[in-house]
Amino acid sequence: MGMTITEKILAAHAGQEQVAPGQLINARLDLVLANDVTAPVSIKEFKKLGREDVFDRSRVALIPDHFAPNKDIQSAEQCKLMRDFARQHDVENYFEIGQMGIEHCLLPEKGLTLPGDCIIGADSHTCTYGALGAFATGVGSTDLAAGMATGEAWFRVPESLKFAFHGEKWNKWVGGKDLILYVIGKIGVDGARYQAMEFTGAPINALSMDNRFTICNMAIEAGAKNGIIAPDDKTLEYVQGRAKREFKVYQSDADAKYANVYEINIADIEPQIAFPHLPENTRTVKESTHVKIDQVVIGSCTNGRLEDLRAAANVLKGNKVHKEIRLIVFPGTQQIYRDAMAEGIIDTLIEAGAAVSTPTCGPCLGGHMGILAKGERALATTNRNFVGRMGHPESEVYLCNPVVAAASAVLGRIASPEEVAK
Amino acid sequence: MIEQGKAWKFGKDIDTDVIIPARYLNTSEPAELAKHCMEDSDAQFAQKVTKGDIIVAGKNFGCGSSREHAPIAIKAVGLSCVVAASFARIFYRNALNIGLPIFESAEAAVKIQEGDLIEVDETTGVINNITRHESYQAVPFPPFMQELIKAGGLVSYVAGKAGR
Repeated sequence: MGMTITEKILAAHAGQEQVAPGQLINARLDLVLANDVTAPVSIKEFKKLGREDVFDRSRVALIPDHFAPNKDIQSAEQCKLMRDFARQHDVENYFEIGQMGIEHCLLPEKGLTLPGDCIIGADSHTCTYGALGAFATGVGSTDLAAGMATGEAWFRVPESLKFAFHGEKWNKWVGGKDLILYVIGKIGVDGARYQAMEFTGAPINALSMDNRFTICNMAIEAGAKNGIIAPDDKTLEYVQGRAKREFKVYQSDADAKYANVYEINIADIEPQIAFPHLPENTRTVKESTHVKIDQVVIGSCTNGRLEDLRAAANVLKGNKVHKEIRLIVFPGTQQIYRDAMAEGIIDTLIEAGAAVSTPTCGPCLGGHMGILAKGERALATTNRNFVGRMGHPESEVYLCNPVVAAASAVLGRIASPEEVAK
Repeated sequence: MIEQGKAWKFGKDIDTDVIIPARYLNTSEPAELAKHCMEDSDAQFAQKVTKGDIIVAGKNFGCGSSREHAPIAIKAVGLSCVVAASFARIFYRNALNIGLPIFESAEAAVKIQEGDLIEVDETTGVINNITRHESYQAVPFPPFMQELIKAGGLVSYVAGKAGR
């Protein structure tokens, strides 16, 4: 019987020829990761296990990105706890401030997440790496502690959902973010609960890696266990020169079984806005231009990559940020920051009136660097618009792609890039 | 084990930012997290809870982030278990891993009202609504999982087994 790409990766890591949805397996892990919020709990549990060492110091990644650079004394203590652990166990992939980036931008960039990998991370957006054709899923700190100790994790093999995109006529200003928001709007925030979301079709292959990362990043917002895109030439080009170990490319079989297949014509997708307080509350930008905003955030593990910044800068070039708007841009990694500087993107952003921050998850989860006051509204390229996500419980977050964010920063309300195009 | 307590009702898609807002994640101390449990839904919730009380919610409880701080906060504030129509995947695993009992019953999620006195039998999965003289059935956990929960979670369970 045919298998999906997710099933093939899990079978290979469980040392089995074949696996089927529902089956419980114990799988070997290629990488385990945690951040300054989740690692402290993991480390506490790891110590209880009484293990001398992590299973493989080259396959553990610890990234201080959430409340780092340290936002207060308590955060400093948490970061220190993780740093001390990394030093004590000689963890190779600990990234100090200065090298640090937002984990899901940083690890692919460093070639630490590769096609065919089986990865767990104590962060729900670990599913991002599915864009490389890897099985990657978020877990809690206890599972991560066990993974750090043993290099293994148990899984229930998920059923797969296929999102088959077709069509050639793209609407203007549509990117990966709009595809995934559109899907979540259709199936809901638990529409893929416990399942694998597989994205296929010519429109997916037409997208850049940066756009594919955005799509897989938000699979969790539909409740999925993982999101995945089979590797193609673009994937291989991306990992070439980054990969420092062997990897394997998997593709779904033609006769693989899916719990459901969704056919989506790309022509039906317009730039999307997710209204508070769930990512499933989607409308088109056209239906949203009445919404006045106070802050615009461009960045995060969802949309903080070079292409995102470039696209935003192209819209902002020659324009000024509205006087009642605070535009905060946070590049995903130091490399992205430098590349954006070399290209003149950062200068364009600052010229337009943006504040550009060092890489951090800060504002996305209401941690620091852009918290909202009571009654304030933000439009953000981030991934969640839950109650209180970016600050006060009575503030609001709307989600969109980087070009819509840029145009809205100029006009002070949700706007289409068409309205500011020169 | 039988849990008994008063029901606190919440809606569907209760996310981890509501259960424990990220602004409090600069610590992982259970007692500290407990103070802010469900704060963005009900600012006084932590003060109102009596030990043993039960959260009853709609579908997809615990969606969002992977923070284990969410089930830790629920357990630390004194709630004995969560009954929901369904649970988000990572929360489900995290709850069991830290020893917080959770029960899935769409019927209980609809019929139980705020303040009802509820009794949950972990062994059978039977949920008794003492106030309304009704009972609902959740799928009980297999014995090993009940033991794991009783041990206080995965790590204590594994450590306990290794020590035998």
